[in-house]
Amino acid sequence: MSDIVLSRPVPVTTEPPLARALLVGLAILFVAIFLFAPLATVFAEALAQGWRGMIAALSLPDAQAAIRMTLSIAVIAVPLNAVFGIAAAWAIAKFDFRGKAFLITLIDLPFSVSPVVAGLMLVLLFGANSSLGVWLMAHDIRIVFAFPGILLATLFVTFPFVARELIPVMIEQGRTEEEAALTLGASGWRTFFTVTLPNIRWALLYGVLLCNARAMGEFGAVAVVSGKIRGETATMPTMVEMFFNEYLSVAAFTLASVLAMLALLTLLLKSLLEWRHADLLAATCRH
Amino acid sequence: MNIELEELAKEFGTERALHPVSLFIPSGALISLLGPSGSGKTTLLRILAGLEFPTSGRVRFDGADATGLSVQDRRAGFVFQHYALFRHMTVFENVAYGLRARPRRERPTEAEIGRRVTRLLDLIQLPDIGARYPNQLSGGQRQRVALARALAIEPRMLLLDEPFGALDARVRKELRQGLREIHDNTGLTTVFVTHDQEEAMELADLVVVMSMGRIEQVGKPAEIRARPATEFVRTFTAV
Ligand SMILES: Nc1ncnc2c1ncn2[C@@H]1O[C@H](COP(=O)(O)OP(=O)(O)O)[C@@H](O)[C@H]1O
Ligand SMILES: [Mg+2]
Repeated sequence: MSDIVLSRPVPVTTEPPLARALLVGLAILFVAIFLFAPLATVFAEALAQGWRGMIAALSLPDAQAAIRMTLSIAVIAVPLNAVFGIAAAWAIAKFDFRGKAFLITLIDLPFSVSPVVAGLMLVLLFGANSSLGVWLMAHDIRIVFAFPGILLATLFVTFPFVARELIPVMIEQGRTEEEAALTLGASGWRTFFTVTLPNIRWALLYGVLLCNARAMGEFGAVAVVSGKIRGETATMPTMVEMFFNEYLSVAAFTLASVLAMLALLTLLLKSLLEWRHADLLAATCRH
Repeated sequence: MNIELEELAKEFGTERALHPVSLFIPSGALISLLGPSGSGKTTLLRILAGLEFPTSGRVRFDGADATGLSVQDRRAGFVFQHYALFRHMTVFENVAYGLRARPRRERPTEAEIGRRVTRLLDLIQLPDIGARYPNQLSGGQRQRVALARALAIEPRMLLLDEPFGALDARVRKELRQGLREIHDNTGLTTVFVTHDQEEAMELADLVVVMSMGRIEQVGKPAEIRARPATEFVRTFTAV
């Protein structure tokens, strides 16, 4: 037999240990300064007067109304945008039609327009100064400075998240699996629910989480369109700002930490799902 | 089932993929559409399956007009060029898909589905892979699973788009033999697309030579070899 000593396998992509340590250190430092420290500060400030202060802040009617408002908006806006996003991505990825490039640009519009401008647009469109607004007022339909306006603003701002996640995945997967299902006798709906949807579920989940985070966190558009009426149209982010401006820092940071907790919860949920379905994920990600 | 194409043409925008072509495929034949890339073979096959609709012309199955028949109602067993197996389903579920998709009244019981899938996996000589996912299979295994999935719906015809295109020479020989046997056992009218003249000549009863959206010649392999109808056929089938 040969007496070649089998050396430890050397990874193909290897860097000197010093460079590696430096890069990892830098990454950790960055995460610590820009992600962890601010988050920790929020929780620390919320607890400045101990748990009692926090509980007192949470029992403020304005804080509770804001939490209710934000959750109601998210509960409606996220499923709606998930459906719109799937429909748009499906049309773009699986069909050829005139005006497709225009539709793609349109989907990105909310990302390129400042949220404040989006809010103003809605105020101008539905507010008392437009003829539509006058008509709405005459029929006692309130949109601006009310729940529907906040919902519209949130829908507008969070529209791209699901579609943007889905389009590349759906284009990459092509339409042959769907065609196979059709030749096997499946109807269009059955094909959608048994082939299309399962193939995009991870991208969809990710898009929904991003959409949800933004729906709960949106400030600019909502601030303009809601009028920030305490206890009525204030959402969590706008209420945080108002508490803060009134030097109610415990209340402000308590509400902020609830918002942060909601975000962390969604991330946890995602990790949990990925962990539970790791084998399926591995099996389906690459063909 | 016999298949009749009458002056079938297909345009994609301004591009002519098929000039009017006519062709009669006798019941139970194993025929090959042979031609270089871009000659319209896939387009013709997809029109047969109902995945594409012709710009003009008619398709008849056993004499009955099937031009407007939906893809689901054609019951064509289709094997795609890259197999198009459902990546999130096991092999068993892939093969069972067409049975489960049937309307409730015609759907076999769970036990019957299990029996049929097992029988099909035996037929393709892969009895033990039901629990695997497509990405855990070799190219040749995927191809055979795709064939079993297509056969599961008890198709009226079998359509295969370059079924051996992506496989190495040895596996290709093996699978050719397998397709021949399955064809002979089921008696299904079978159309397969290939750009490999040797494959077409060896496997098919009848070869349809295509070029630039036109049918150049239809004939038995020996006829085409002996009497090529056009200059194109002569050069393309020269070994
Ligand atoms: N969906 C489509 N849109 C536009 N052109 C197409 C489409 N499908 C096929 N073609 C064109 O039709 C011609 C024939 O294509 P195809 O049937 O795929 O040929 P083959 O399978 O023989 O390689 C080609 O020129 C191709 O570019
Ligand atoms: Mg082709």
